Amino acid sequence: MKTLIIVEHDHVQLMPSIAHLVYAAKNIGYPIALLVIGSNCQSVAKSAAVIDNVSEVICADASVYEHQLPENSALLIQALSHDYSHILVASSTFGKNLMPRVAALLSVDQISDVIAIQNESIFKRPIYAGNAIATIKSHAQIKVMTVRSTAFESVAMSGHQAPIVTCDIVHDNNLSRFIKAENAASDRPELTAARVVVSGGRGLANADNFQLLYQLADKLNAAVGASRAAVDAGFVPNDMQVGQTGKIVAPDLYIAVGISGAIQHLAGMKDSKVIVAINKDADAPIFKIADYGLSQDLFEVLPELIAKL
Amino acid sequence: MKALVTVKRVIDYNVKVRIKPDGSDVDLTHVKMAMNPFCEIAIEEAVRLKEKGVISEIIVVSIGAQVVQEQLRAALAMGADRGILIQTDQTLGSFSTAKILKTVVESENPNLIIMGKQSIDSDNNQTGQMLAALLGWGQGTFASELTVHADTISVTREVDGGLSTVELNLPALVTVDLRLNTPRYVSVPNIMKAKRKTIDITALETLNLSLVENNEILSVESPPTRQAGIQVKTVDELLDKLKNEAKVLS
Repeated sequence: MKTLIIVEHDHVQLMPSIAHLVYAAKNIGYPIALLVIGSNCQSVAKSAAVIDNVSEVICADASVYEHQLPENSALLIQALSHDYSHILVASSTFGKNLMPRVAALLSVDQISDVIAIQNESIFKRPIYAGNAIATIKSHAQIKVMTVRSTAFESVAMSGHQAPIVTCDIVHDNNLSRFIKAENAASDRPELTAARVVVSGGRGLANADNFQLLYQLADKLNAAVGASRAAVDAGFVPNDMQVGQTGKIVAPDLYIAVGISGAIQHLAGMKDSKVIVAINKDADAPIFKIADYGLSQDLFEVLPELIAKL
Repeated sequence: MKALVTVKRVIDYNVKVRIKPDGSDVDLTHVKMAMNPFCEIAIEEAVRLKEKGVISEIIVVSIGAQVVQEQLRAALAMGADRGILIQTDQTLGSFSTAKILKTVVESENPNLIIMGKQSIDSDNNQTGQMLAALLGWGQGTFASELTVHADTISVTREVDGGLSTVELNLPALVTVDLRLNTPRYVSVPNIMKAKRKTIDITALETLNLSLVENNEILSVESPPTRQAGIQVKTVDELLDKLKNEAKVLS
């Protein structure tokens, strides 16, 4: 009985979610192996080996894995699966794309978006956009799951050295080809990993006013998010969207500015540790879940806040 | 080129979810049901491809009780050509659903399958990827843009860091995200026309599939509710609370 976690990385660094996934996997109680898939990914494998509680790092390094496409990655994971009782990945777009393909090859259902692990076969997961929490018992021989990393603490990366094992199973991909990536360039922390998130809504009134949020974010070393209303109004690109149909975040501090608090937005941020709402409408639903509400004009509050930080 | 599109009957997205008093599941009695919003986007995309002359026939398929014909009719009114209902009263997980859809694909031989990325009830986000795996096809998930070529399809995908584009050999499977299109309103003449389109009904048992459900729901509960906190009067008071009470700022 062993747990395998698929490591998400960009060939330069690990996604911070991996430390949360290892923490989650500790609740299952079996030895934890990590699988790094990529091309020239040895240095990523080395950085994964220092994560606490990891018993080994498997490195599948081949040019066919350069873009980590699901068609051949899933075959690789299937080939390795017989050693494991549990296979985990973060429920990012990477994990959601890949893991159901693995589950189907292993003839089991996936357990999606796990937010709590009670024991090796009982898990909790949100359904109906987080309006209900289901407790699921998996009867599958092998548990294939995506894990919401924000729901778990993280283990340390304290320099412990797990052995790195090379895996030379190579599956070609004759089905799909990577063409291009258009990454939203930003030197701010990534939304789902940031300790502080400041988000703007329709109350910001236009794209230019988001500069105020960026200034606030710079003072707090925060990531900047937005409500769906702000995205749909064209103020900011979609990859900044926090909510049921966007990113799920749970930072230590979430500052909602000019956001009314539609259910769809709350679903994406209500697990934040401390929520601050700034909105001139005192009846906005966001105040019902905020720890600290400031019911004033954001265009007066933000400059003052930026100046005083 | 032939396209197969799947639709699922789910709770209407505007309806507030109620949990049964015994905590066994969500209560769907007397609740307004509708087509899963992501499935609607999938149908819309297929219809647009047909209007451009890329696709010649759109087959819409669903699995469920007889009443699911309502959602199939809605898809036919949007512009799908014919419907298939695999009829069953069983509650099916994603893997069983993918296995059933595979048998439909094998008898219809579409070049392209378009599905919603997830249903808004179970939120699993897995049936499309599973079906692609069972068929041994390439997959383009979370699509925000599609371009169909002679033997391939380019799919621009919404991923965490931005956008990612892949090219898939046809036949291929695509799952759609919100930004791909805005589904049309259906006109009354099209609703009338849809009544004359055919829906083939097959009983699930006649497919002779061995279906095993791995995921048993033990209970369903409401999420922990957050209590409203306090209203502060000034920026200074807010900063004081964040530093000294919540201790999230230093």
